[in-house]
Amino acid sequence: MFLLKVKQMLAVISVGLFMFGSSTVSAEYGLNLPRGVTPISQEAYDLHMLIFWICVVIAIVVFGAMFYSMLNHRKSKGAVASQFHESTAVEIVWTVVPFIILIGMAIPATKALVAMEDTSNSDITIKVTGYQWKWGYDYIDDGVSFLSTLSTPKEQIFGTEEKGENYLLEVDNPLVIPVNKKVRLLVTASDVIHAWWVPELGMKKDAIPGFVNEMWLKIDTEGTYRGQCAELCGKDHGFMPIVVVAKNDADYQTWLTEQQSASDADVEAAEKQWSKSDLMARGEKAYNTTCAACHQANGEGIPGAFPGIKGSAVSTGPMDAHLDMVLNGKAGTAMAAFGSQLNDIDIAAVITYERNSWGNDTGDLIQPSEVKAAR
Amino acid sequence: MSTATTHDEHHHGPDKGIMRWVFTTNHKDIGTLYLLFALLMFFVGGSMAMVIRLELFQPGLQFVNPQFFNSMTTMHALIMIFGAVMPAFVGLANWLIPIMLGAPDMALPRMNNWSFWILPFAFTMLLSTLFMDGGAPAGGWTMYPPLVLQTGDAFPFLIFSIHLMGISSIMGAINVIVTIVNMRAPGMTLMKMPLFVWTWLITAYLLIAVMPVLAGAVTMLLTDRFFDTSFFNAAGGGDPVMFQHIFWFFGHPEVYILILPAFGIVSQIIPTFARKPLFGYSSMVYATASIAFLSFIVWAHHMFTVGMPLTGELFFMYATMLIAVPTGVKVFNWVSTMWKGSMTFETPMLFAIGFVIMFSIGGFSGLMLAIAPVDFQYHDTYFVVAHFHYVLVTGAIFAIMAAAYYWLPKWTGNMYNESVGKWHFWLSTISVNVLFFPQHFLGLAGMPRRIPDYSVQFTEFNQISSIGGFVFGLSQLLMVYIVVSSIRGGEKATDRVWEGATGLEFEQLPSPPPYHTFETAPVIK
Repeated sequence: MFLLKVKQMLAVISVGLFMFGSSTVSAEYGLNLPRGVTPISQEAYDLHMLIFWICVVIAIVVFGAMFYSMLNHRKSKGAVASQFHESTAVEIVWTVVPFIILIGMAIPATKALVAMEDTSNSDITIKVTGYQWKWGYDYIDDGVSFLSTLSTPKEQIFGTEEKGENYLLEVDNPLVIPVNKKVRLLVTASDVIHAWWVPELGMKKDAIPGFVNEMWLKIDTEGTYRGQCAELCGKDHGFMPIVVVAKNDADYQTWLTEQQSASDADVEAAEKQWSKSDLMARGEKAYNTTCAACHQANGEGIPGAFPGIKGSAVSTGPMDAHLDMVLNGKAGTAMAAFGSQLNDIDIAAVITYERNSWGNDTGDLIQPSEVKAAR
Repeated sequence: MSTATTHDEHHHGPDKGIMRWVFTTNHKDIGTLYLLFALLMFFVGGSMAMVIRLELFQPGLQFVNPQFFNSMTTMHALIMIFGAVMPAFVGLANWLIPIMLGAPDMALPRMNNWSFWILPFAFTMLLSTLFMDGGAPAGGWTMYPPLVLQTGDAFPFLIFSIHLMGISSIMGAINVIVTIVNMRAPGMTLMKMPLFVWTWLITAYLLIAVMPVLAGAVTMLLTDRFFDTSFFNAAGGGDPVMFQHIFWFFGHPEVYILILPAFGIVSQIIPTFARKPLFGYSSMVYATASIAFLSFIVWAHHMFTVGMPLTGELFFMYATMLIAVPTGVKVFNWVSTMWKGSMTFETPMLFAIGFVIMFSIGGFSGLMLAIAPVDFQYHDTYFVVAHFHYVLVTGAIFAIMAAAYYWLPKWTGNMYNESVGKWHFWLSTISVNVLFFPQHFLGLAGMPRRIPDYSVQFTEFNQISSIGGFVFGLSQLLMVYIVVSSIRGGEKATDRVWEGATGLEFEQLPSPPPYHTFETAPVIK
């Protein structure tokens, strides 16, 4: 125990040395892996420190010998070169000793790996889906599902507003899970490969379209944990963070009930007739979270990469083709099939918004019930 | 036809003007072309790195948009790997292998001309994508589908330029192997060859083994995009992860293609300046061969997070850890060679020692990355970026610099300016550590790779890193000065150049060597 404390102190001191004498060494810089709040992250941290210190010791021995030699065996000091070379005994020693050290590393690493890959006996299963550029979460047993999108305002990104504390690490709808429960995540993607990673939860898994990967978490402390997509997934790879909120069981149940009634309300609302102004208002919001990353907030797209919607043939042409494009996407392009991401209300709202904005004045509107019928 | 005299005259010197370089089949000319091309590409790729470091100097988006940023990281990697490091090593091979083995030229001189002249076309094609609709490739140099299939008009140009680079490399590798196997002077047995030649022989076999694999992988991408195949499309029954397996089956040996010749260079330089033979010649040869063998069975450590079965992860973790053994043998050998030597520290020696120390740092972080359960944390973060830049910049590129300083006086006949050389070394070494060391901290603290913008707690280290980057970039202009000025003139180099130099090129040839050397095979004692 004492040894561990000393090791941690040494770690702080040694990394501090690289801070160029800065007097404000504080936790917020982050120099090392966080120890984290799950058994996996803690095991990974301990292994990381173990290997780090082994490397430091080897480095001191090897570099120490080099520097000793460079200082003392130099011609300017009158050193005369001895001509020794080849020694089978020495060669065997420096092959066998590293091999033994490696075995010493492999044993704890194997144990940790076996534990990490054991997703059996989980309490809750949540499906995580990566999209360009957001995350979707489905609570498979509880019928709750939602999308989680970056909530940092554009003004902060482009520097016209001061950046907040959680700049680029904040979302509209965080993933909420209970503490001290084994949560199994099923990780997949709908378009390109993403990777789900929260450093303090200690595990990273690729989200691969057409395949389902598994990982598990068991968080021991309530709190908010932030991470990011870790696999290059296109233009906004840097703008699809992950936020996990760990709650105690009672709070979690309350949250779950709220979510369920909200989604029930949506199902009900999808049946009624919507007014154009309601659709436009909801459509603007949905457009900005879902479509604007490519087609831009002004509907003009990015020439050569993403087509504009303003004045386009699809958004001013027949409604059926427009609906088909949004529901089913366009094969071979970045245009995803949003039928699997958005509910009927949002799809109706987005289409209505697109057909009546930026000078597109078709006057059309489409009801959620028509979207439902077209699915 | 007895026009011996006129023919002789014609054979003794190079042609005049530009056509000398276009039609040359002379290994020295082609070596020079390769090296100058690599230097040019080093600056093209380097300027892209400057764009990256400029955008990352502070959080927020200031200079470039995210799509262009991704193009920069993608193109920077492709150009540095295929345009700078690989051609530099092939250039060194061309210049040095014949004069180290006592051969009159490379075995296949016309093919040699062709393998060089493909490259300018390949890279013109690749660079032209910067001006195309949809921009240059932005899916990363690893070209993972499905993302890479979203590339705009640049896509087929990316694929074809990689095909061309591959063809060039394969032809270069064939030439190296045929030369080494067939054209050694009598008495130059395999186990007498300089280590640079040995490492290149092994590298050439790696190239022939894996470049066709890359060609296959990118061709499958091409047919997936244009001919409705589904190799990597799950919806059509394919598997996107299969691309990663194929790519890294090429990619890991490729990493050693980029470092084995560097091992060879350093093994030539350290004994010279320690005035002492290499500690274990044969164990160096065997260690190189072991590393080459292991490079074929560790590829999946680049993809521990794709969701492999536990047994697969264990296998690749153990195999990867094993690489530390032969690599350790090499480092221990270099240290033992220095031990009780009589060292002087001219610029080539400084770069070689810098190589040993900083490559070892990259080796340590490599060992850490091999541990799969912790790699789940390190993977795709700046920790990985720091690791591979330590092995590729302070590893491969420092070795190339060392080689340039070491053999430049032999090639040009003129000594370079030693104090400029020392300035170049110290500026590079300090700035490269300011550039890459903080990236370890960024990665551990949670900054992913390949992002154009980052959250505010990463600001300080990114700024330090960027400043290091700018200084490192500027320092490389000294290299250009060194090369240009020593081609133009300067203090004449002796034939041996360095007091402790050994090998045919230093013992039997003048500085600079004549256009044709060893037309009669030398006698090897």
